[in-house]
Amino acid sequence: MEFFFQLLVQGLSVGFLYALAALGFVMIFKSSSVLNFAHGELLAIGAFIFLVFSVRMNLPIPISFLFTLAGTFALGFVIERLFLRPLIGEALIEVIMLTVGLAAMFKGLLLVIFGGNLFNYPDFLPKALTIQWGAVVIQPVYVASFIIGIIFLSIFGFFFKYSSQGIYMRSVADNQTAALSLGVHVRRVFALSWAIAALVCALSGILLGIMNGINVHDISVMGLKVFPVVILGGLESIGGAIIGGLIIGLLETFTGGYVSTALKEVVPFIVLVFILLVKPYGLFGLVEIERV
Amino acid sequence: MRRLRFHPCGNYKESYEEELTIFTTDFGRLWMGVGLFLLFVVIPLISSHYILYIVNHIGIAAIAAIGLNILIGYTGQISLGHGAFFGVGAYGAAILATALGFPFWLSVIGGGVITACVGLIFGIPSARLKHLYLTIATLAGQFILQYLFVSWKSLTRGASGIMLPRATLFGIDVKGDRSFYYIIFVCFVLLTWIAVNLMRTRYGRAFIAIRDNDRAAEGMGIPIFRYKLLSFAISSFYAGFAGGLAAFYIGSITPEPYTLMLSVEYIAMIIIGGLGSIPGSVFGAIFITSLNEILSHATGFFMNIGSLTKVALTIAPLREFIFGLAIVLFIIFEPRGLAEVWRIVKSSFKLWPFSY
Repeated sequence: MEFFFQLLVQGLSVGFLYALAALGFVMIFKSSSVLNFAHGELLAIGAFIFLVFSVRMNLPIPISFLFTLAGTFALGFVIERLFLRPLIGEALIEVIMLTVGLAAMFKGLLLVIFGGNLFNYPDFLPKALTIQWGAVVIQPVYVASFIIGIIFLSIFGFFFKYSSQGIYMRSVADNQTAALSLGVHVRRVFALSWAIAALVCALSGILLGIMNGINVHDISVMGLKVFPVVILGGLESIGGAIIGGLIIGLLETFTGGYVSTALKEVVPFIVLVFILLVKPYGLFGLVEIERV
Repeated sequence: MRRLRFHPCGNYKESYEEELTIFTTDFGRLWMGVGLFLLFVVIPLISSHYILYIVNHIGIAAIAAIGLNILIGYTGQISLGHGAFFGVGAYGAAILATALGFPFWLSVIGGGVITACVGLIFGIPSARLKHLYLTIATLAGQFILQYLFVSWKSLTRGASGIMLPRATLFGIDVKGDRSFYYIIFVCFVLLTWIAVNLMRTRYGRAFIAIRDNDRAAEGMGIPIFRYKLLSFAISSFYAGFAGGLAAFYIGSITPEPYTLMLSVEYIAMIIIGGLGSIPGSVFGAIFITSLNEILSHATGFFMNIGSLTKVALTIAPLREFIFGLAIVLFIIFEPRGLAEVWRIVKSSFKLWPFSY
């Protein structure tokens, strides 16, 4: 029973991480209906920028944290300006393949600069955040990621629901041409959504790095695991991303604990195929009537 | 002898048949004859074993790339599992040849058919939805198949891999690069011929209609689901066939090569070569395979110089970076790829000196 609870807690925290990682993805999808295959690399870039600031340059943690967020926000703008701006109005298939290319490019670049080794952040989270509950111990990282996650999820929930920029973003995702004709500044929306997505990715990347250490390969695989999560939750739904993340996280940990560790890595993708078969728009996704 | 036909200075086509012709002039036929002569007589005579080895890999890659281009370039459905499907073909052919004792030609074709069936398993849930979903399903397929290659030990023998028997065709031992060269390129010519002609039939036109506007295609009575699946099955067949050939050519298979990186490599091939163009797929295969060879040479070169070993180690991941960069640059600056560059060069020669 103790093993079960340990797995439960571990699964929930891994799942929460998936949810956090999926956030940036949903962000880009909601505002431009682009499936971002470079998502894992954006996570890795955020994690490595933080590594450079906090370890290599030895800046204090809060300052390097702020620098990382600012840096990735700017990076999001640059990525959009350099690579995605020329493709506004082009077919979606080209944009998606562009992100596949970006993924390979960023991954190669990170490997050239940092190599494939495992890096670690210094231990900076206060021990007071540890929660002990019987035999079950929850590490401070998980508590911190839970708090940060809740804060960001509610901010983005409100942002999309009530702020005018959020509504612009949703309108652009729904129909680019119609949004343009109604006076929405589509280019600014794209730039902003990539910038925000890069920022969210950096945040999740840092938390990932604290939990498991930073390794280019691991984090970029993490970016691909986002797909089962968002498909399960529904591509447009932030709430769905959280629940999807938790379900996938639990499933993965329990498979790892009770069945086999090799199967653990694949289970999300098996689930993904089943969801596509049974409920293709996910739990909370927008059901489009069009079936083409 | 009938009169030679030249290019008219304008579009004077009067019927759909004329639009469909592959060779508008007899020069096209002539050049194809020259090309086949070069391919089957000159190249095998003048090349060394090493060059033949590379050319063989180009041929195999070109077959798989043509398959992927039918799916992405003509039908507008993205697949991220082409590398794994290539692997399914390799494993299918190997298992048919070792466990069931099939002859060489039948196991390669069987590998292709198995791959088409496996492709359908991943195609069915996704093809009835918009194209995004097929991409995600093939991504899932990539990981699930990779897992099966390693873990289904009773069938694939896991990480130790499978040794294939020597290929024999019509009672003749096929060994060495030269004999494989002929087999690979006869298959290549045959499959290219099939692909080019497929695009002239109602099936090919339906694929193109689905790519250009799926709603309009549905409105005109094309059963989209069925055609998408068909396109996916054909594309998987090409991948599997190429995989089977590669397995016999190399002689043994292990699960390592068939990763997501291989899928990305194939996508890079057809984007660089030209989406929706059969010659483009071949250009892309030539480009990427040569680039791979050059980069591995560069790595080897720096590796041998003691003081530069560190540089060599950083060059290895540079491969991934260069592929990504090539994809990105081609999509932004020349979305129709090398095939379009080739067309521009050709037409500027044709129009010289009166181009406008």
